[in-house]
Amino acid sequence: MRDSLLYLFVFALGIVLALVGWVPELFIPNDMAKGILYLLLFFVGIQIGSSKHLFSAVKSLGFKIVLVPVATTIGTFAAVVSASFILPHRSLTDCLCVGSGFAYYSLSSILISEYRGAELGTVALLANIIREFFVLVFAPWMVKYFGKLAPICAGGATTMDTTLPIISKYSGTDYVIVALFHGMIIDFSVPLWVSFFLSL
Amino acid sequence: MLSIFLTITCGIAMGYFARNIPATRYTEKIIGILIALLLFSLGLSVGTNEQVIANFRLIGRDAFVIAAAATLGSVLCAAWVYRKFFRKKDKKS
Repeated sequence: MRDSLLYLFVFALGIVLALVGWVPELFIPNDMAKGILYLLLFFVGIQIGSSKHLFSAVKSLGFKIVLVPVATTIGTFAAVVSASFILPHRSLTDCLCVGSGFAYYSLSSILISEYRGAELGTVALLANIIREFFVLVFAPWMVKYFGKLAPICAGGATTMDTTLPIISKYSGTDYVIVALFHGMIIDFSVPLWVSFFLSL
Repeated sequence: MLSIFLTITCGIAMGYFARNIPATRYTEKIIGILIALLLFSLGLSVGTNEQVIANFRLIGRDAFVIAAAATLGSVLCAAWVYRKFFRKKDKKS
């Protein structure tokens, strides 16, 4: 949660500085943002590759653990497709781009704003922060009515870091390994899905 | 799309081979700094974009609708998978 607040603060600081008209010249060239973006993707890869939980999780729970990220993906896309009908001014692929952030607001919003502009990038940032926020606030209620996997699927890519403590508290420590595995798979899939929907 | 995929795949391969090197501890910190930098520059481009500033309420509403739908959809799918594949195991133990 502390990280989310920090990021939100940095984002807001950027807006305020731009509104006041004080834009640091260093940040104007667009090529630099793209360079940093690729550097970021590379480090996200290192983080996934160097993690030791992935294989132990599959071993301990077997094949059905794979169903959890599949459920997250199918559920999210199906619901976002339905939501796009009540947002007629947004195209289906734009909605899916935002939805395929899976609460990984930083990476998805940066990718989307790089290729579709700051407007959709901001939608992605807010939508995916709100998704993380929903899990942090409603996790106990989700477990009560929809079972112990509910906060994991709702948490998307955040279940390996920011929402992990709350999942372990309400779904139980047995589900920590599921959450880690799920978070890693979704984490990896976010840039792929986002760039896939961007290319449509 | 391809360059994004290749960049991550290279990272994963490097991370896998370097997983026992202590320096990999710092990846999380580095990622945090890069994200902060990029979000700051996203903030700057939002602030200089009059269209975004003028439509901020609309943007917020759309974001809320998509977030609520995505959360609800994944929770429903989670409930189905949980009942079908996971609940039995929990009852036994």
